[in-house]
Amino acid sequence: MRPETNRAGLSKGLISLLIFLGLWAAVSAWVQDSSLLPSPADVARVFWSETLSGEMALHMQATLARVIAAFVLAMSIGSLLGIASGRSPDFNAWASPWLIIFLNLPALVIIVLCYLWIGLTELAAITAVALNKIPMIAVMMREGARALDPALDDMAKAFRIAPHARWRHVIAPQLAPHFASAGRAGFALIWKIVLVVEFLGRSNGVGFQIHLNFQLFDVARILAYALGFVAIMLAVEYLVVQPWEKSATKWRRGGVPQ
Amino acid sequence: MILELTGKSFDGKPVLGRISLDIAPGEVVALTGPSGIGKSTLARIIAGLDPGFEGTLTGTGRVGMVFQEPTLLPWRSAIANIRIATGCNEKTARDALDKVELGDRHGAYPGQLSLGQQRRVALARALAAAPDTLILDEAFASLDEATASRMRALTQAIFKGSGFCTVLVTHNPEDTVELADRALLLDGNPAEILAEYKIKAPRQSRNLNAELHAMRQALKAAR
Repeated sequence: MRPETNRAGLSKGLISLLIFLGLWAAVSAWVQDSSLLPSPADVARVFWSETLSGEMALHMQATLARVIAAFVLAMSIGSLLGIASGRSPDFNAWASPWLIIFLNLPALVIIVLCYLWIGLTELAAITAVALNKIPMIAVMMREGARALDPALDDMAKAFRIAPHARWRHVIAPQLAPHFASAGRAGFALIWKIVLVVEFLGRSNGVGFQIHLNFQLFDVARILAYALGFVAIMLAVEYLVVQPWEKSATKWRRGGVPQ
Repeated sequence: MILELTGKSFDGKPVLGRISLDIAPGEVVALTGPSGIGKSTLARIIAGLDPGFEGTLTGTGRVGMVFQEPTLLPWRSAIANIRIATGCNEKTARDALDKVELGDRHGAYPGQLSLGQQRRVALARALAAAPDTLILDEAFASLDEATASRMRALTQAIFKGSGFCTVLVTHNPEDTVELADRALLLDGNPAEILAEYKIKAPRQSRNLNAELHAMRQALKAAR
């Protein structure tokens, strides 16, 4: 993309965001009930006071820690399952029906069952989120493992490349773009599911705050926590996950990896 | 290198019949025949890529192979491709690239090289493996005539004074008369060696047209 179009797109995005804030302010002024729809300024004030009191950081940290733990767990187990399924048709025949069942089980059902069976604990919360994401990551990695180039496999065999070098230089770079896509798709959904898990059975985190303020009918606090967390997740997505995916797929687009 | 093949089948269908192949160090043997006859299958057996055959294979030692496609790792530079595949040191890899006249492109990625250059990197990679057996599987196919003839000249120079056995799989008689000491014609169902033709003149000083004509006559008579 040329830098001019990039900059033009950015300024259009900023204007669009300002229009959204303006509309929100206008509707809230028209409603004239700050308990039902507080203005952007009201929400910003609440956000600021929660930040100063240290509450915001506390709950954000709790949620972020769960997101990271569930993400790491889901990526490791999902990738292992996916690669095994992609490489071994036999393993896939056994694993595939399980994947289909878990893919179609609603997130809410898995969360409730985990809480019922494991208890209202941190372990249950993280397990529930990971279980929700493992099948999707496994399916994406399975496609990646199936797409491995058999010609490169032959080359590695003919030259008798040692197993660790074969993994590092021949197989891993082919899987990297799939791993990055699975990571990006997994991350985008995991942080949303973490809020539901917290809503249903945790005593801290952004999801817990939303539950608490739902009962107190405090819309300003709900919006302050939700938008604050959305901002952090979008920042992670744009600053960490997307650049990582781009660099992992660079050689595919004919570029030169650095 | 000695291969005593009694048969090779795919899904119960025999593709190769009884074939014995004995290649001396320094000798270049061309496997020729119509496409789809099983030349590449035979090359894969010699390379150790197809253990599912009946018979015995001995003395292949270290194998260097040049495939129909360059089969380079697109995410690694030319020199890294050579070092990863062969485990050789930097100097050996650079020497091999020098031999295929790509010494100045050692840092280039496969995507930045032309098909002809990628083929030469693949040739350098096979050389850097310090092979006991070198297999060239249609290594000059789908190159334009100028590039192919340059690649043949480079290969010719590499063969000079080499001590490895070479199997040259090709459908192109020009490759055979320029590079090989001996041509084997593979044909039939299942395929066997139908005819053998020895090229007596030394590789460096051949009258290519005369050799081409003589080989065609000899192989035609055998059919």
